[in-house]
Amino acid sequence: MSASGSQQGMTPAPKPEHQSPWAEAEGRLSRALRELGQTSWVVTVLAVVVALVVGAVLILAANRDVQASLSYFFAQPTAFLETAFQVLREAYSALFRGAVFDWQAPSAARSIRPLTETMVYSVPLILAGLGIAIGFRSGMLNIGGQGQIILGATSAGFLGYALSLPVGLHVLLALAGGILGGAIWGGIAGVLKARTGANEVIVTIMLNNIAIYLLAYLLQQQWYKQTGSNQPLSSSVDESAQLFSLLGSGFRLHAGFLIAILATLGVWWLLERSTLGFEFRAIGENPEAARTAGINVPKATALVLVIAGGLAGLGGAAHVLGTEYRLAGGVAGTLGFDAITVALLGRSKPLGTFLAGLLLGGLRAGGVLMQAQTGTPIDIVLVLQAVIVLMIAAPPLVRAIFFLPHADGRPRIRRRSARRKTEAAAGTSSSRQPELQTASTSGASSAEPPSAESSSSESPNSTTQEPGK
Amino acid sequence: MKRSFKTRGTIAATAAAALLLSSCGEAPEEDGEGAAAEEVDYKACLVSDEGGWDDRSFNQSAFEGLEMAIEELGVDSADAQSTAESEYGPNVDTMVQQNCDVVFGVGFLLEEGLREAAEANPETDFALIDSYFNFEEGEELENAKPLVFNTGEAAYLAGYVAAAMSETGVVGTWGGIQIPSVTVFMDGYADGVERYNTDNDGDVELVGWDKEGQSGSFSGDFSDQTQGREVTEQLLSQDADIIMPVAGNAGVGAGPALEAAEAKMIWVDSDGYESTDYGDIVLTSVLKEIGQSVYATIDEGVQDGFTSESYVGTLENEGVGLAPFHDFEDEVPSEVADAIEQLRQEIIDGDTVIDSENAPS
Repeated sequence: MSASGSQQGMTPAPKPEHQSPWAEAEGRLSRALRELGQTSWVVTVLAVVVALVVGAVLILAANRDVQASLSYFFAQPTAFLETAFQVLREAYSALFRGAVFDWQAPSAARSIRPLTETMVYSVPLILAGLGIAIGFRSGMLNIGGQGQIILGATSAGFLGYALSLPVGLHVLLALAGGILGGAIWGGIAGVLKARTGANEVIVTIMLNNIAIYLLAYLLQQQWYKQTGSNQPLSSSVDESAQLFSLLGSGFRLHAGFLIAILATLGVWWLLERSTLGFEFRAIGENPEAARTAGINVPKATALVLVIAGGLAGLGGAAHVLGTEYRLAGGVAGTLGFDAITVALLGRSKPLGTFLAGLLLGGLRAGGVLMQAQTGTPIDIVLVLQAVIVLMIAAPPLVRAIFFLPHADGRPRIRRRSARRKTEAAAGTSSSRQPELQTASTSGASSAEPPSAESSSSESPNSTTQEPGK
Repeated sequence: MKRSFKTRGTIAATAAAALLLSSCGEAPEEDGEGAAAEEVDYKACLVSDEGGWDDRSFNQSAFEGLEMAIEELGVDSADAQSTAESEYGPNVDTMVQQNCDVVFGVGFLLEEGLREAAEANPETDFALIDSYFNFEEGEELENAKPLVFNTGEAAYLAGYVAAAMSETGVVGTWGGIQIPSVTVFMDGYADGVERYNTDNDGDVELVGWDKEGQSGSFSGDFSDQTQGREVTEQLLSQDADIIMPVAGNAGVGAGPALEAAEAKMIWVDSDGYESTDYGDIVLTSVLKEIGQSVYATIDEGVQDGFTSESYVGTLENEGVGLAPFHDFEDEVPSEVADAIEQLRQEIIDGDTVIDSENAPS
């Protein structure tokens, strides 16, 4: 009794006993997503640091000069250290010069170009990342960013070259088409979840595949691609439908970045200030409670994925209308999955997502120069991303590496000290004595002093724990 | 628990010892670098498509051409692997910024990036593998060279061999993605089978590709070997006993399926006898000498002779070809080998034309 009671006290959200395994899994999922949002920014920064260290080890391992110098490490240890340092400095400085500021560039325009490239790469990541983040905040794992981006790109691109309209109108219509395409794709998953309870993870993954093959099919159809060649490439988006350049020729930065800023503000307003956003967060926190409070849960569920899809679709549209201009089978690359990283890294907050999008965009932009100049494989960038996700998804790992205290350790510590206080206040050793025995016999293995442990079963705290377990 | 720690300790000790031993080598002399080749002031650069340099197919062939040029011509080099389509443009641009003398783009998807870079940088040369440039009417650039391959000619010979060697009377082919550089193989192969039937009154059937309708079996990409195996199994179930996968790395998936079914494989791009682990079932390969063309283009550039004239690999200039039969040398009847030789000559002389809408023109 006492052991189980104390364990229950550790888990933040106690669950009623009658829940089905499925509901239990769902509960665990939403709890995990909620915890993600609460991860401290220290963990995020440290995750990036760990990723850079892991990346450094791999860069060294993959480098032939370093391998060579390692073979005579004991004859000349300094040679190894020098080469290693040199290689790392070159690789990471190239990453930085490719992503932020290139002090070796021939012209001033060229030296600031990397930062604008980072922004260009970040546009679809931010937009799709915001969509994923809304899902996370509402307790939904939307893996369908990829499909939603593809649908957005597919519709926006088609409207961009198939119609001929005046300048402003054309681009707006194409963007709207992109949003609609993504929203429909997200909406399918949303309605299925709301109506039938279908798991959104599975549905969105399947929709990703359908989207990929739909695009591949369309690119075989002459009415769709309108090129006259038999390569699976569409014709180019009309100039009237292209997002205008922000800095003129020589730079690729386009108005899509402004859209990303506006979308970030919009999502912030939606989540933090609007009734709808409150409903979203409520169903993310606790759907049961939300229903009791009179929120139409199915409707909100469907709307979350419609809006998430719309944002991802907008990302795809901006990608096609701003940088790519034409559709090919791989137009979305891995954007949809990188967007999940962005949302995780941004802790599902709009501003965080924006910054995370910039970071990942920077890694992408810098990776290009790093690869070309130092021969460091671009795969390192993928490893960096993967390690970041791993670390963010497992905050205890980061805390273990850096000996940090538990993130929600505060309540735990507070509870413990609170218990001690209540004990001290109660102060009766007679009531403590038998409990101590039960605790030790039930084998509750914990670092906590047995007195604190055992008192939790009978202390006033136990009233907050769920009864009957 | 204790035990596992012990084992772990042993492993760690062994690893440490290995590391120690491997680290005891002599330090090299400071100036002991033997110059591999005479250094020339020329930088050749290569940008891959999404396949990457280890795709056992055209990216890899191109890279081998570059490596050969580094070794034999002593040129400087840089290379960039693209992991997504959005990286093609930036990768090409970065190469130009690296002061490359010539930039190669592997695959038709790099056409736009290379063309735009060629327009903006007249000082740098550009070469596009597997596609022509889509210039506007009347536009022509001195610094953009397409390297294309009429693989249909060699696949025609492979189709003939396959039809002649088939015991079930059914041969097959499948592709990675339905794009011209893939389907040109399949068109040539289909024509070769047809030719065998006409010449020998045969009735060999082709599954996996319908040249008339331009439709057939595709695995969906150039990397998923499981999917490649799946498609192969489907063709095997239709009784095919010689199959030609045109799918780069995904084609490797055909290997285990064919091995289990005791069927034979025809490889494409490189000689599958050497480049795959299934040499003993590779009947022959349809060669596409991308590496040679890359090397030749670099060589031209080193000697200041780069031209924008397109290079079309054919049987005649040996830019495409049929690999030796290797293990099947004794099994292929001499009349078949003779017929192949004769067909090769016919194609070179222009008496036989492989008609394909996917052929480079």
